[in-house]
Amino acid sequence: MNLGKRKNANRIFHGILVCCILFSILMLAVLFIDTFKKGLPYLNVKFLTNYTSRFASKAGIKAAIFGSLWIIVFTIIIAFPLGVCGAIYLEEYASKNKLNDLIKVNISNLAGVPSIVYGILGLAIFVRALGFGRTIISGAITMALLILPIIIVASQEAIKTVPHNLKEASYALGATKWETIREVILPYSMPGILTGTILAVSRAIGEAAPLVVVGGAAAIWFTPQTPFDEFTTLPLQIFTWATMPQREFQGVAAAGIIVLLIVLIFINLTAILLRNKYQDRIKV
Amino acid sequence: MKVKMQIRDLNFYYGDFKALMDINMDIERKKVTALIGPSGCGKSTFIRTLNRMNDLIENTKVEGEILLDGEDIYSKKIEVEELRKKVGMVFQKPNPFPKSIYENIVYGPKRHGIRNKKQLDEIVEKSLRGAALWDEVKDRLNKSAWELSGGQQQRLCIARAIAMEPEVILMDEPTSALDPIATSKIENLIETLKKDYTIVIVTHSMQQAARISDNTAFFLMGELVEFGPTSTIFTTPKDQRTEDYITGRFG
Repeated sequence: MNLGKRKNANRIFHGILVCCILFSILMLAVLFIDTFKKGLPYLNVKFLTNYTSRFASKAGIKAAIFGSLWIIVFTIIIAFPLGVCGAIYLEEYASKNKLNDLIKVNISNLAGVPSIVYGILGLAIFVRALGFGRTIISGAITMALLILPIIIVASQEAIKTVPHNLKEASYALGATKWETIREVILPYSMPGILTGTILAVSRAIGEAAPLVVVGGAAAIWFTPQTPFDEFTTLPLQIFTWATMPQREFQGVAAAGIIVLLIVLIFINLTAILLRNKYQDRIKV
Repeated sequence: MKVKMQIRDLNFYYGDFKALMDINMDIERKKVTALIGPSGCGKSTFIRTLNRMNDLIENTKVEGEILLDGEDIYSKKIEVEELRKKVGMVFQKPNPFPKSIYENIVYGPKRHGIRNKKQLDEIVEKSLRGAALWDEVKDRLNKSAWELSGGQQQRLCIARAIAMEPEVILMDEPTSALDPIATSKIENLIETLKKDYTIVIVTHSMQQAARISDNTAFFLMGELVEFGPTSTIFTTPKDQRTEDYITGRFG
């Protein structure tokens, strides 16, 4: 093929790629603009400090913000150590045999199980069998189970990227396996582990279905004080408002979405800063 | 005692594959022993049996004995962490940790229980001087080891190994990833190090073996074909295969 044709193909493909990204941005922009147009009139200080109400003008999101924060903190406390430890075991300790291969494949499969299934599991085990009731702790454990596979798989991938020769260097200096994990493997893979955790936690924040089943309340008029209090979360509250018959609540729901987006950005930003700190530590 | 390590009837298996066959060798104290041979001849496998790095590979088996000062390193009484403190290792590709130069040096000593800051500082200076790296890095000990050049990184790895004051240093093709100038620095360093340490080095370069080693072992397909003083091996080899290899007829 002559150069002119090749250059043309080059330009055409460049154009196609630009179109792909423009399409995604356009869709997001439409969503944003629509949400902001509907929600901004309802977004004010009172919206943040009020509890929900029968009247759209008085409805606020305070209980849901606190509920979401409680849920997410406990979800991270439960899922992060479990997930990372599980990944370390699978990558560094588990010997290569059929059983362990089966476990690895199934953990990946669990990441694809619909979230409502986790909700049903949470309802059966934590709410009923263990008697935690419709509380934050039930919701948080359910959410933790939901994101555990994501954290395990992401952590496994991160641990796999640790160069073999660094592990050898550590062993050759007489370090034990645990010292090698603590001093070499974990610091090196932490940015990857945190990236996976950020994705998983973002999913948990936006997830409504499992909590509907576990029994997040549609409307509560207090902020939780202990993990054994009832709760609602941002997506639950948005879902409740969006399904109200009165038209004005569509705007309230949109305002809720804006708040959810801001909370999400804030949490992701914290996590990214944390990850960058670890990345710098690797370099220095 | 003149002999530091004795290898007696050593066999090594990866699964069913026999990688080393009936190796017998005496490694002399404070001498440089070079292991040469074509790729896949078992010289790297052999050097890794000397500090039990092969333990890390699943489904391998060792037969025979390797004595360090008369004690079998594969005996149940030996803690592998203690063995590796005595028998340090430098690898083919420089592999400093993504930590500061200082932290790289003190990694071994810290694991073996040295916590005193002053003592660690002394170890860092002594090891870096020992590896002829001190003058180049003394002003940036807290900088990342990954900012050093390849040759400097390899000398850092040597410094990291001697920081534990080992008795034996194993080097698995330590200059194969380096340019000629960095290589000659490492070779000079080995010359100095053998005053204090017993050194075993795998090398692909016969010139290097001839330049720096006192004894040379020629491996072929898992067998130790010939072992003896370097001058003899390179001038009057007894085995035809050794002669063919060193004259460049194969490999």
